[in-house]
Amino acid sequence: MAEKQIPAPRTITTKPRTSDKIFRGVIFAGALSSLVILAAIAIFLGLRGFEILAREGLSFVTGYEWFSSINSDGTAGEDPSVYGIGAMLIGTIVTALIAVAIGVPIAIAAALYLNFYSPNAIKGFLVGVIDLMAAFPSILFGLWGFNILMPSGEYWAKLLHKYLGWIPLFDVSTPFFSRSPFIAGLVLAIMIIPIVTSIAREVFSQTPLDRIQAAYALGATKWTMIRAVVLPFGYSGVVGGAMLGLGRAMGETVAVFTVLNIIFQANFQILLGAGGNVASLIILKFGEASAEEIKALMAAGLMLFLLTLLVNMLADLLVNRTVKQGR
Amino acid sequence: MSTATLNYPKPQKPWRPKQRDLVPTYLGVIATLLGTWALVEFTGLAGKLGAFGAAVLCTTVVSTFLAGRSRGKQAAKNAAVASLITSLALLAMFPVISILGTVLVRGTKGLYTGFFTTDMGLASVNDPLNVGGILHAIVGTFLMIVIATVISVPLGISTAIYLTEIRGPGSRLIRFLVQAMSGVPSIVAGLFIYSAIITGSGRGFNGLWGALALAILMLPTVARTAEEVLLLIAEDLREAGLALGATQWRTVAMVVVPAAKSGLITAMILGIARIAGETAPLLFTTGGGDATNLNPVDGVMGSIPFAIWKALISGSAESNARAWASILVLLVLVMILFFSARRLGKARR
Amino acid sequence: MTDNVKPSSLASIAAGNANRVPGKNALGTGLEARSVHAWFGKNHALADVSLDFAAGTVTALIGPSGCGKSTFIRTLNRMHEFIPTAAMAGEVLLDGRDIYASGVDVTKIRLKIGMVFQKPNPFPSMTIGENVLSGLKLAQLKQSNKEELMEECLVRAGLWNEVKDRLGAHGGSLSGGQQQRLCIARSLAVNPQVLLMDEPCSALDPGSTLRIEETIRELSETMTIIIVTHNMQQAARISDYTAFFLADGHPGMMIETGPTSQIFSNPKDKRTENYVTGRFG
Repeated sequence: MAEKQIPAPRTITTKPRTSDKIFRGVIFAGALSSLVILAAIAIFLGLRGFEILAREGLSFVTGYEWFSSINSDGTAGEDPSVYGIGAMLIGTIVTALIAVAIGVPIAIAAALYLNFYSPNAIKGFLVGVIDLMAAFPSILFGLWGFNILMPSGEYWAKLLHKYLGWIPLFDVSTPFFSRSPFIAGLVLAIMIIPIVTSIAREVFSQTPLDRIQAAYALGATKWTMIRAVVLPFGYSGVVGGAMLGLGRAMGETVAVFTVLNIIFQANFQILLGAGGNVASLIILKFGEASAEEIKALMAAGLMLFLLTLLVNMLADLLVNRTVKQGR
Repeated sequence: MSTATLNYPKPQKPWRPKQRDLVPTYLGVIATLLGTWALVEFTGLAGKLGAFGAAVLCTTVVSTFLAGRSRGKQAAKNAAVASLITSLALLAMFPVISILGTVLVRGTKGLYTGFFTTDMGLASVNDPLNVGGILHAIVGTFLMIVIATVISVPLGISTAIYLTEIRGPGSRLIRFLVQAMSGVPSIVAGLFIYSAIITGSGRGFNGLWGALALAILMLPTVARTAEEVLLLIAEDLREAGLALGATQWRTVAMVVVPAAKSGLITAMILGIARIAGETAPLLFTTGGGDATNLNPVDGVMGSIPFAIWKALISGSAESNARAWASILVLLVLVMILFFSARRLGKARR
Repeated sequence: MTDNVKPSSLASIAAGNANRVPGKNALGTGLEARSVHAWFGKNHALADVSLDFAAGTVTALIGPSGCGKSTFIRTLNRMHEFIPTAAMAGEVLLDGRDIYASGVDVTKIRLKIGMVFQKPNPFPSMTIGENVLSGLKLAQLKQSNKEELMEECLVRAGLWNEVKDRLGAHGGSLSGGQQQRLCIARSLAVNPQVLLMDEPCSALDPGSTLRIEETIRELSETMTIIIVTHNMQQAARISDYTAFFLADGHPGMMIETGPTSQIFSNPKDKRTENYVTGRFG
């Protein structure tokens, strides 16, 4: 019995019409804009800052001194300039971590509340309030933070120091509580709460309903259900959201400039008004900077760019893993 | 059977607590209020935040006790967690209320009729409040928004169309890059324009450079929202267009985009809302002029955020009041944009 | 789907089952629904259902789609009230006491009245062993010999031999039929008196279906089982009693109930006869 030959699949080709070819080309060029811009940012900042980076080497990132000996009129001073953003990098990371430590638990609680506890009648309104807060410009937080939050924050910092000052983190070498990383972290926390809440809310709302019902059918209370089903499901998504908040907190400038002191020392006593962060440094020095110092500031901007890029990429990976795949 | 009048009972919700069951709850509320008052009186907790903290503590303790007494340990834990979660969620709302209230109260003090029609060309931020205004800032912000929109909206929509309609090679990379770009700090955008265009070239600050920096920040927002909106357009609409013999570009331009029109407008509005209040990029690119300047390519340009910045930095009582008044204007602008985008978004569904 | 099956063949299947005696070791005294109504907002979905489920029996609820069977079964373990617009009327008595009475702890009710869902839903963040015991963890029940209980539940669910060597494996790594048996084992761990099953086999292949039907027969020795099913042969195979629901434009109602063999061989109501002979459905 002869075997029937199964034919090979035909190759089907389409030649797009000219108008479509042009269309695709134009759209593709537009879409490449993101790639071009990101590359350009890295290139230009790198080019301009290269001289300082080459000269300082690794100590640009690890050194704590920032001293520009060139006067704004171009004449060189006596001591050599040295540029190191180490103290400011530590400050950026410390304030951002404080922001995350305060803001993320509140955001997760708010997301759980909105999804599982709030009465339906007010849920829409509350979601709108949180989304509105995400739209507030950062200079608003700067102004409000300086005028309203800081006096209150200082009061709480002093209280914290009074009762918990035996922990090294909350100790202060001099009783100067104004414009500390703690207060800056507080302002940043308030800024990132809406974003993290929004992401957490979306992640939690994707929890498969049948698993939630299965937990309830087994006699779970609301809290044991959340702990057993919702939190494991949304874990990586929420971590991604927290990292997005971290990235945002690292790059913020005008919100914290007014509530942060800039002193070139690594400061881990978060209640003490010392330290700084990279973005505030750039703003502070820019106005009066000499040509050489500007190059150093470009290099600092490059470092900030790379740091936030890294954090944000990690964050997006984590968020997409949960939201799109729905474990 | 359908003709007989059936005496059906009324729908009930027996799982809702009855009045009788609520007596312990009312007692609990009283206990909470007393406890809060006591805590505030006798410890160092002060102010609204202190009272809130005391109230949270008392509520948690009382509700845990009540639940545990009637339904056991599990219910007690559940009540404790519910109380904490609700409290933290309320805490998250505090800043909004405080911010809105403060802006309203302090901002209205600095307003006067000339505020919108004069600029700061002949005034200083420390002058009394009825001298000078933000005309230059409004004009500057408006011009820069228009230019930034003209640049970023076509690029953003192109990106979205590439990702949803053409789905060509590199789509994953481009989507990834767009998301990475939305995390670029605003100060870096400004610094980039400065380093690429202004440094060492002898070119001065002007509105166009500011608009470019803003466009960098606006692009990812527009692209992401537009992509979401285009994805919502059902596949059969595209197939209908192609089945009629239309080329792809005609299908996209005449079928898909019009169908997504309101969503794309939403994307644009959200992008504008994103950049309307941005300060840091303008600090490196526009020079923050005080006089009204209608030419974006010539000379320093003012903007509302920059005007606020100048007033904030100055530190006197007058300048502070001026800052609040300006930010009231900015906030009104942002809220108009926000609510327009929401209204459009709801109308779509 | 059963269509055009002659009543006599269903009746003969049911007859083969008729000599089954209700389980003597059943916990509790069964479940009774009295004049249960259910609403979703203004929509009256279920009207005046009264059914008495004796301890140790298996009752099948049959009827076309949308007639309120699933809604009814969810009023039996107070899952109906999760829907925000839900309302009900009537009583559901467990051991003679209304589970909707004020002051009743609903989580304790759900420990006594368990549920297995249509789509198998083991918890993927837990291992197989942890899944079985998850009911204890969720209700925070103390249990001295967890390993014994886990083995016992898996044996009763007919899954022990297949997973005994890989209790540490991921909850989601099993086949559909195995996952459903895992869900059954999970429900058994909290020792329910009544087990509600909402079309438990509709997403499974015939082989798994038969295994689960065997399990149901064995389980009915010690508990009362109520199963919603679209499959009339299944109802004929495993149930002692059958109740027929119909919605026909009105709120869903229970048209007729009786011993399974009687419903399939000699139904009293014309609509029941039309359904079981496949004239509609």
